[in-house]
Amino acid sequence: MNRNLLKALLGAVLLAFSAASFAAIDTYAFETAAEEARYKALIDELRCPKCLNTNLSGSDSPISADLRRTVATMVQAGKGDEEIRGYLLARYGDFILYRPRVMPATYVLWFGPALLFLLALAFVARLVLRQRQAEAPAPLSPEEQAALARLSQAVGENSKA
Amino acid sequence: MSRTSLFLPLGLFLLMAFMLWRGFALNDPHELPSALLNQPLPDFQKTRLADGAPVARQDLLGTPFLLNVWATWCPTCKAEHAELNRIAARYAVPLVGVNYKDDGPAARAWLARYGDPYRLSVVDEDGSLGIELGVYGAPETFIVDGDGIIRYKRVGAVDRRVWEEEIRPVLQNLGLPLEEPRA
Repeated sequence: MNRNLLKALLGAVLLAFSAASFAAIDTYAFETAAEEARYKALIDELRCPKCLNTNLSGSDSPISADLRRTVATMVQAGKGDEEIRGYLLARYGDFILYRPRVMPATYVLWFGPALLFLLALAFVARLVLRQRQAEAPAPLSPEEQAALARLSQAVGENSKA
Repeated sequence: MSRTSLFLPLGLFLLMAFMLWRGFALNDPHELPSALLNQPLPDFQKTRLADGAPVARQDLLGTPFLLNVWATWCPTCKAEHAELNRIAARYAVPLVGVNYKDDGPAARAWLARYGDPYRLSVVDEDGSLGIELGVYGAPETFIVDGDGIIRYKRVGAVDRRVWEEEIRPVLQNLGLPLEEPRA
C-alpha cells in the first residue's frame, strides 16, 4: 500500500514537471489539417518579441501565448500567411520575422554569402589554373623537335643491333 | 603573388573589426524600432477602469496626450509611477492609462494606494489592445497627438531624464504649453 502511495506521488511530481517542459501546449481547433499545418509553420517562423532568440512556438512568455492566439484566430478566419505576417509586422516591426524581408538594409544578409562563395570560387579557380600552367610542359621548339627525332632514330638503331 | 595582395588579410581584419564594432555598439538588442511611429492610434472599444463605462479611441482625441501601458504585476510600472504622478501634478498633459492584462479590483486598489495620475484608464483585460499597439512588455509609453497619430514610443520606465530629454520636447513640439510647471 505504501508502495502505491509512493508511485502516485512520483507520478504527480512527474506530471507537474511535464507541463513545464512543453512551452506551447495550447491547442486550437482547426477545420482542416492544412490550416493547422499553416498555424504551426507560422508560429515556428515568427519570433517572440519579448525574447531575443525564441520563436512563438517555443516561448513561454504571456505575449507569445497572446500572439499564438492571434495567429490561430486569423488562420481560422481564413486569412492568408502574407496577411498574418503583415499584420504582426505592422505592429511589432521586422523583429517579429525570423526570415528577414529582402530590402536594401538586408541585401548584404541575403546576397553576401552567395557573393563570398563566388569570390572563393574565383580564387580557387585562379589557383588551380596557375598550377596547371606551371605543371604542363612547354611545347618543343623546332630545334628541340629535330633533336628528339635524331635521338629516337639513334635509339631505334641501337635496339636493332 | 603580387605585393599588394599581401595586404588582403589586413583588409579582411579591418572589415571584421568594423563589423564587430558596429555589432557590439548596439547597446540594447531588446530595443525594437517601433513600427507604429507616425501611424494612427488603433481603433478600440473598451471600458474604463474606474466605473466600467465604455470608452473608444474617439473619446481620447483632441489634445496631445500620454498613453501609458501599465499593470499591477509589473514591477517597473511601480518604479515609474512616482514620476507619472509628478508629471500629472506639475504639467498640463493628460495621461491615459491602459491597464494591461490585469485584475480590475487589484488595479483600482493599486491606484488608490499609490495615487492615480491618469485622466482615465482603459481596461485591456485580454491584451488585444496591447497587440494592436505592438506592446511586448509593460510599461510602455506613447505620445499621441491631437489627431490620434502616434508620435513617440518608449519601452521601459519613464524617469526624470526620459521626461526631460525625450517626452517633454516632443509634447512641446506638438504645441502643449509645458514651459512653466503648474504652481
